[in-house]
Amino acid sequence: MSDVRESGPGETGIESVQLLTPEGERVEHPDYAFTGDDEMIRGFYAQMALVRRVDAEAIALQRQGELGLWPSSLGQEGAQIGAAFAMRPQDYAFPTYREHGVTITRGIDPLRLLTMFRGVDTGSWDIVEHNTYMYSIIIGTQGVQATGYGMGLERDGLVGSGDPERDAAVVCFFGDGASSQGDINEGLIFAASFNAPVVFFCSNNQWAISEPSERQSRTPLYRRAAGFGFPGVRVDGNDALAVHAVTTAALDRARSGNGPTFIEAYTYRMGAHTTSDDPTKYRLADELEHWRARDPLSRVRTYLERVGAADAAFFDAVDADADAVATRLRRECLTLPVPTLAETFGWVYADPSAELTEQLARHEAYVASFEEAR
Amino acid sequence: MSDAALAPVRTMTMAKALNAGLRRAMEDDPKVLLEGEDIGKLGGVFRVTEGLQKDFGEARVVDTPLAESGIVGTAIGLALRGYRPVCEIQFDGFVFPAFDQIVTQVARIRWRTMGRVPMPIVIRIPYGGGIGAIEHHSESPEAYFAHTVGLKVVTCSNPVDAYWMIQQAIASDDPVIFFEPKRRYYEKAEVDTRGTGAAEPLPLHSSRIVRPGRDATVIAYGPMVKTCVEAAEAATDEGRELEVVDLRTLSPLDLGPVFESVRRTGHAIVVHEAPVSVGLGAEVAARITEECFYSLEAPVLRVAGMDVPYPPSRIEEDYLPDLDRVLDAVDRSLAY
Repeated sequence: MSDVRESGPGETGIESVQLLTPEGERVEHPDYAFTGDDEMIRGFYAQMALVRRVDAEAIALQRQGELGLWPSSLGQEGAQIGAAFAMRPQDYAFPTYREHGVTITRGIDPLRLLTMFRGVDTGSWDIVEHNTYMYSIIIGTQGVQATGYGMGLERDGLVGSGDPERDAAVVCFFGDGASSQGDINEGLIFAASFNAPVVFFCSNNQWAISEPSERQSRTPLYRRAAGFGFPGVRVDGNDALAVHAVTTAALDRARSGNGPTFIEAYTYRMGAHTTSDDPTKYRLADELEHWRARDPLSRVRTYLERVGAADAAFFDAVDADADAVATRLRRECLTLPVPTLAETFGWVYADPSAELTEQLARHEAYVASFEEAR
Repeated sequence: MSDAALAPVRTMTMAKALNAGLRRAMEDDPKVLLEGEDIGKLGGVFRVTEGLQKDFGEARVVDTPLAESGIVGTAIGLALRGYRPVCEIQFDGFVFPAFDQIVTQVARIRWRTMGRVPMPIVIRIPYGGGIGAIEHHSESPEAYFAHTVGLKVVTCSNPVDAYWMIQQAIASDDPVIFFEPKRRYYEKAEVDTRGTGAAEPLPLHSSRIVRPGRDATVIAYGPMVKTCVEAAEAATDEGRELEVVDLRTLSPLDLGPVFESVRRTGHAIVVHEAPVSVGLGAEVAARITEECFYSLEAPVLRVAGMDVPYPPSRIEEDYLPDLDRVLDAVDRSLAY
């Protein structure tokens, strides 16, 4: 699998796996095939539309002062949904803070994505229940952690048993910026050394805030895998079908004990880095237009319409469902409970010290002194 | 060779005591595993893990690639799977590539998950000078970790504590940075591995008066405990009785015994190898001042390394606190 070709039909002269063109046409690839049916593609569409709607609502909430910050996933839904749909419940995901399509597909209530950005906690979903780690904020730290998790799966006998309901793997999501971090590279090295069941899924969205991906690497990122000693493949990250096919193959390989794979999902960050960023300072509008024509959502819609797998009623229903989620999200966001500082003391240690307990008592007495005065 | 097959009371070096403690922890809990550089066949550069890979296998005694952040980061992933990893950092000065994983990740995961997910990781770090080592092999970086909430930091000063404290640290559901005074690795003591009666180990996070005295309280930890006990013995020539406290735990501090002692003696001297400014001694001095203000006959003094990088080994004796510098501080305190 994952033959690395020096030249091919891709726009940069590099082979990139594509199964659905920007014009919504299915195409064949010698190594990868999309094994789902049109019903699954309808599911992709609905999920991408939902994620895009949630993202838009979160940006609006930030603009209205209800969130402190929001990193938009706009334009990367194809990579995120394609990869997340390839995962099984027993697989484990380490998402970046932009991977909203992954976390929502892993069954996490979108409301839980907002809490950290509203400033009421630091990451509030149950990482055990959802087999999905918190959003990593320090870029790349998840690289070595994901590999360690995979080493644990292997020690637990959950790799290569041949039972598809049992065997598990890890997907480590990261970006082109993170590919420069030591922790990603150490993760790749450890995964290779211990043949860990990890899929390194790099969403190359072309920009690390204001720095183009060329600043991170002189070589296409997927080719780095060869240096670490395992397969690397570039996939059209705006083609959910191709991402699903490539990730499915990599996960099968990892679960069966054949080790890690590096996937470079070639995509584009259509929005700002976060709501605090102004991309007009460093990139041209032409570039956006180029990528808008490759939008992951519209190409799936075009396909479904072309083959008659979805009608206007379907698309209207998807939009209505997404609107309903967004409405609920807004309502519940505004009433998210705010913890007291005192509550956070209990999160720090399993066995807190007498000193910390005294500090808490002094703080509570101080707070209470104002209550009495009132 | 099983620990139980050996005599329950035996004389061992600190390195052997740590080895025996690790062995016992691995026998008691199959989730305990070791990660580090050269800890397998070689048994670690100080031989602390000698023989463990042979007995427990390569899946539980893991020779890792040479990357400290990778060691600690993979330990996090393993801990998420229910393992209790013990990481060996080869030398104090080599911990900094892992500093980010320790400070921003290990220390905060329980907090970020609002108490749901524990991080039972032990990070063993040989530390301190006095062995004639080269650059970056003689550091005392404990204050960085003691300053980081979410971590616990302990250090042993003798083989008995080493044997018990490493097992207690591994049993802790909170992450523990475990500092081992490398210049004391090969000093011997009799260790009663039964832990019953008088040999019952203290709780991990407790300090201990190792030598009673009435004239001044000398507070030390790790490699400096022996130095201070020797100073206290020398002080008897002048008719002075120094009380020596081994802190053992640096985060949290257990200062109850220190306060009780200082209230009796009225004099306190804190001793460590790390540079004096903003070190553990500063915190201990501040807390003594808060708790024992009316008992103090003199300001709390600090005897420590100086605010220069750890020097070349030919002049390290001039840098390290020794018996004479401790007694000089005692003189100054008593003359105040």
